[in-house]
Amino acid sequence: MHFGLTEEQLLLQETVRGFVAGECPPARLRELFDAGTGHDPGLWKGLSEIGLAGLLVPEAEGGAGLELLELALVMEELGAGALPGPLLGHALATLAIRLAGSADQQRRWLPDLASGERIATVALAERGDRWEPETWTLACEDGALRGAKRHVPHAALADLIVVGAAGGRFAVVERGAAHLRVEDERGVDRTRPVAELVCEGSPAELLVGEGAGEAAGRVRDASLVALSADAFGAAWRLVRMTTEYAKSRRQFGAPIAQFQAVKHQLADMATQVEPTRGLFWYAAHAWDYLPAEATHSAAIAKSHITARACEVARAAVELHGGLGFTWECDVQIWFKRVMFDRTWAGTPEHHRGRIASLGSW
Amino acid sequence: MDLSYGDRYEALRAELRDFLSGWPLTGAEAELPRAERERLFRKRGIEAGYVYRTIPAEYGGAGRESDPLLDRIIQEEYLRSGAPGNRLNQGPGLLVPTLLEFGTEEQKRRFIPPTLAGEMEWCQGYSEPGAGSDLASLQTTARLEGDEWVINGQKIWTSNAGEADYMFGLFRTEPEASKHAGISYLLIPMDQPGIDVRPLKQMTGSMEFNEVFFDDARAPAENVLGQRGEGWRISRATLVHERNLIGNPRLMTGQFEVLLQVARRVERDGRPAIESPAVRDRIAELEGYVRACETTNLRVLSASARGEELQVMLPMMMIKLFSTEVMKRIASLAYELLGSDGLLEPWAENDSIYDTSAEIRGVVHNFMYSLGPAIAGGASNIQRNIIGERGLGLPRDLRPA
Repeated sequence: MHFGLTEEQLLLQETVRGFVAGECPPARLRELFDAGTGHDPGLWKGLSEIGLAGLLVPEAEGGAGLELLELALVMEELGAGALPGPLLGHALATLAIRLAGSADQQRRWLPDLASGERIATVALAERGDRWEPETWTLACEDGALRGAKRHVPHAALADLIVVGAAGGRFAVVERGAAHLRVEDERGVDRTRPVAELVCEGSPAELLVGEGAGEAAGRVRDASLVALSADAFGAAWRLVRMTTEYAKSRRQFGAPIAQFQAVKHQLADMATQVEPTRGLFWYAAHAWDYLPAEATHSAAIAKSHITARACEVARAAVELHGGLGFTWECDVQIWFKRVMFDRTWAGTPEHHRGRIASLGSW
Repeated sequence: MDLSYGDRYEALRAELRDFLSGWPLTGAEAELPRAERERLFRKRGIEAGYVYRTIPAEYGGAGRESDPLLDRIIQEEYLRSGAPGNRLNQGPGLLVPTLLEFGTEEQKRRFIPPTLAGEMEWCQGYSEPGAGSDLASLQTTARLEGDEWVINGQKIWTSNAGEADYMFGLFRTEPEASKHAGISYLLIPMDQPGIDVRPLKQMTGSMEFNEVFFDDARAPAENVLGQRGEGWRISRATLVHERNLIGNPRLMTGQFEVLLQVARRVERDGRPAIESPAVRDRIAELEGYVRACETTNLRVLSASARGEELQVMLPMMMIKLFSTEVMKRIASLAYELLGSDGLLEPWAENDSIYDTSAEIRGVVHNFMYSLGPAIAGGASNIQRNIIGERGLGLPRDLRPA
């Protein structure tokens, strides 16, 4: 019995933490945030070099062959650093190909994605907040896609997009395919831009592996775990930033952290976040090893952690006072990061509705 | 990560279940009075190494090595069977760990065995009317006269004072010393003319705690735990045990089950409330908190089992605040679901459990009672100070000198 991390997992987290701190310190993050592309080829290259682009790809296809728990631990660090880049969509796309693709399809696509040479993303949502696979309507007939997908992360950057189609199936469309348009949505989180994908007969290839029928639900659950881990990392970073600010900001001749009104608010923020760490650990572990609990615990992690993270982000702005309200203050970067985590793949309210039908009650 | 206990522990669990199948007692033993049956089965539990596991055998425990995972299994299985195991009230739960840490050999031999056996009951004398959160400002004095302490003053919120044979508590013995250095930890016999216990009635109508008045009450000089003036430091250790009792996340799971039961039974628009989307949304939100508490508990357990408590200091500091706040929310939602039955009087100890309104009145009771744990053993705002100062490293409050 050990509900904790192994030496290897701690080392992985430490490596990613060191990379984020070294390669994307606050000043660089600010430059990237203001530029608004949500991408830096150097950062992506660095992440790929430490094996993150192929984290979930089997070793036979050139990946690291790790599990969802490891991805979640990486996401925690990326959230803590609000790291701009396409890893979320990319990791989910590799997972979709791994789960739904035939052996031939996996061999064809995965190695270049694992090395980070090519970048992939996923197109899941449709108009009307339709994130769930059973609600997808985009048609994939005779090798062509017709329909539109929304909120596709890093769509303009991706060489390859895994698109959710009617019947809960996945199809792969390549960058520059005919009759394919990518329209930037002007997303709120500048570390992860989103776009609408319009397919008007775009040539695509349906994933036809043995697991194609169940893959979409598994990818949905994995996305919920990844987002909850990202939100946890971001929220804890906000707690630490706000703590440091309250220790340094002086009013009435004392650091504001010395006033109980402030101290108690900080204690509450920390207490909203810290005890949720086990929720995403458990959900990731369940995804890897306890299939009967995977869907339920992923929905709990996503709905709970991202909701708490948003509350904490709002409190962080308030505790930073007027400064917190400005564009100049970095709190807004994480504030918007958790807005993305909260909303993408379905809101907490949506998933609480699912918890009610998935749970034992 | 490995959520199974593994073969060795599952084998121990199987042995334990086998042992617990001996409860309830059968044959002639089943005819014994209840207290006698419990005493008997608890004694067997000690001999088998399940009850008071880590307390040395010479003090009446089982004298086994510390093993947090086995403790967890034992706790789970005893809860499941309803058999009498570790007593967790003031004596075994709070005083015994403190005695083991600070008591003299003579004190341990004298007080621990009868306390574990249930032959010596204790109450805790900490709070006073003028010393609640600011406990160190306590004023009840103990003056050494010859070979006796002479005690004067008043304690309050004292659970179990009417039944207790002894009080352990904090008393001002060094009036010249500074606030914290003037306090000693004394053990005082309750059955004497100088002590007057007056029950306090709670807002729920129940009477669970008391005021205790001391008027030249007496205790033997040797009944001081640790050195004179060390009481404050020693009491910090006891408080940790108390918070562990109050912040026990398993209590929360039980409360959540009650909430579900209420939601199934009461109706909204002619249907069970649990089918209403609005109700389901709120229960699902609470389930997130309950699961957060359970998984935090698992993290702490795992770290303790490896001797890595330092890595979970922050969640350990938070458990009391977190779990009592969540239990308040669970109790509030259950109360809301009652609708107009919320106008009824709360359940009280002398109500018949066969009364059809007992469940409703229980929910009304818990709407009030759930505030108690948030106040007892270091109120929530004190917990926030601790989390802020020791957990987050914030500077200490501005306090008047």
